[in-house]
Amino acid sequence: MGTPASSASSATPTVDPYLRVRDLRVRFRTEDGVVRAVDGLSFGVERGRTLGIVGESGSGKSVTSLAVLGLHDPRRTEISGEIRVGGRDIVGLPDAECRKLRGRDMAMVFQDPLSALHPYYSVGRQIAEAYRVHHPEAGRRAAWRRAIEMLGRVGIPQPERRVDDYPHEFSGGMRQRVMIAMALVNDPDLLVADEPTTALDVTVQAQILDLLADLQAEFNSAIVLITHDLGVVSQVADDVLVMYAGRAVEHGSVEQVLRRPQHPYTWGLLSSVPSLHGDADADLVPIRGNPPSLIHLPPGCAFHPRCRYADRTGGRSSTEVPELLPVAEAGHRVACHLPEADRQRYYADEIAQVGVAL
Amino acid sequence: MLRFVVKKVLLALSTLLAVSVITFGMFFAVPNNPAELMCGDSKNVCSPERIEMIERRMGLDKPIPAQYGDFMRGVFVGRTIGAGETARDCPAPCLGFSFRNDEPVTGIVGRTLPVTLSIVFGAAVVWLVLGVSIGMVSALRRGTAFDKLAVGTSLVGASMPILLFGPLLLIGLVYETGVLSYPRYTPLTENPLAWASAMLLPWFALGFLNSATYARLSRAQMLETLSEDFVRTARAKGLAKITVYGRHALRAAITPIITIAGLDLGAYLGGTVITETVFGFTGLGRTALNAALNLDMPIVMATVLLAAVFVIAANVLVDVLYAVVDPRVRLG
Repeated sequence: MGTPASSASSATPTVDPYLRVRDLRVRFRTEDGVVRAVDGLSFGVERGRTLGIVGESGSGKSVTSLAVLGLHDPRRTEISGEIRVGGRDIVGLPDAECRKLRGRDMAMVFQDPLSALHPYYSVGRQIAEAYRVHHPEAGRRAAWRRAIEMLGRVGIPQPERRVDDYPHEFSGGMRQRVMIAMALVNDPDLLVADEPTTALDVTVQAQILDLLADLQAEFNSAIVLITHDLGVVSQVADDVLVMYAGRAVEHGSVEQVLRRPQHPYTWGLLSSVPSLHGDADADLVPIRGNPPSLIHLPPGCAFHPRCRYADRTGGRSSTEVPELLPVAEAGHRVACHLPEADRQRYYADEIAQVGVAL
Repeated sequence: MLRFVVKKVLLALSTLLAVSVITFGMFFAVPNNPAELMCGDSKNVCSPERIEMIERRMGLDKPIPAQYGDFMRGVFVGRTIGAGETARDCPAPCLGFSFRNDEPVTGIVGRTLPVTLSIVFGAAVVWLVLGVSIGMVSALRRGTAFDKLAVGTSLVGASMPILLFGPLLLIGLVYETGVLSYPRYTPLTENPLAWASAMLLPWFALGFLNSATYARLSRAQMLETLSEDFVRTARAKGLAKITVYGRHALRAAITPIITIAGLDLGAYLGGTVITETVFGFTGLGRTALNAALNLDMPIVMATVLLAAVFVIAANVLVDVLYAVVDPRVRLG
């Protein structure tokens, strides 16, 4: 979504973007210890643009999205850093204040629309409720008309009839459209979509992504798209943030991160996606090992126990946490101890040759 | 929706029919000859001829299916039981005739059922309001002093029998301090104030003990619901906490509680023997117990049948309520 030509600019923005996250840290205290779910994350998304956040389960993607909406339970969560939405800092904002922004300035689409919609209320009621909470002056009838209008807008046929139906009476794709209609009912400037297509069929997936792109063009909202699906990212995102163990390991435009990736973890993600164009018999290369425990992170680079190149950093990878630093190409940042020239060579020689999907 | 209700009611009626057959069978399963029971306690009065006469008059010499037919007809149109000087008129709904009390069973039930109804409905209000609200607040304030106190108290409440709690209340509030006077039942229609004041103790005793179970249940339900995605969605919409918890979460959490409450209510309406006995009320439960001890079979039959009616009716009610609350049920 957006224009590819300007894509490099947003990773290192000159003007403050609509959503600006700076040094975000989210921690949960548990009986087993402190879980560092997000550890020093920074990024920005301008209006009209889409940032894809990718990573394995437990990399901190969803925790980040919930933090942006201010949905973490303050009694069990420690959040520090800065999350500016339209200039207002969400971190430390009293819930009553944050509530006014939720659903109006920033809205969220969840992964599984069946469980995310209330099973006992008709979709019309749920959408109308979302509208009225931020438009108290609107009457019941106006809110109802708005619900029908939104259902039509997201492509649900016969909206004036379906508005009375309950979530279980819709198909998965239609339900996700309802969810999107509800999220967009107040014309939010920021939409956070947490795995919005993961629970859907592939064909429906494409429709939902198209719908999001259309609506973005119409409303000019900033979108944060959380996903583990690199195909989805390549299809709709302008910028990509790759997360590993609560930290950003690579950040740049789609073109940069998916075509000229410089982090071994990103290479691993790309190599584990089957390619339609490559050799059908070629084996997929999984990333060896498992994601680390967020309570006991490996010392140094959290990825080093799984990294095939860890021994080529002169031992730094197991002692020193790599910073997310700019590479030669503007707007592209990577957190890796390997020298940039080496990274480019390894990628060209060992990864790109084998063939990556995208 | 109408089809759903009709289906459920028809199913309930057929269940009830089966129960009535079984209950009626009970009458004959008892080792004593009913005629012998009716003729009196002293053995010398009951000559075999007399028993035979009673059997003839009562229709006990007829085949059992015919007797069942008589009984069921009596329920709907009334009948005359016996003949000659011992004939007793039993107007509809005739549930049989208690010769020990020389009174139609319907009359006895009509006198004792309101007592049980008063106890159970009042107590149900107490345990639902108290239990559900404690459970909800407990869940929302999980881990706080209130929650711990509530969980602890409800553990005590849930494990204390009314057989102990009732007398303790009586000792504490009536005998030792005189805060309340010993309850004496007054019909609601006669004097509502006297009715309510007599009911205070049983309402509190039964209501408090049951509220413990309901508090635990609703706390667990609410905690489960709070982790549901749709609660997070409600918050993401920017709804106020009171709306998120009071509307979105509560509605989902309360559904299983409706089921349990309905079934509990049905079961209790059949008689609250211990509560009635402890507080000296003559309700349906105590009447049934006494009848069973005295082998007054017509009363036993009637009370068992009535208890079955309540349980089955409660089941139908719960099914229908469920369909009202949860739109997903209607199709099923």
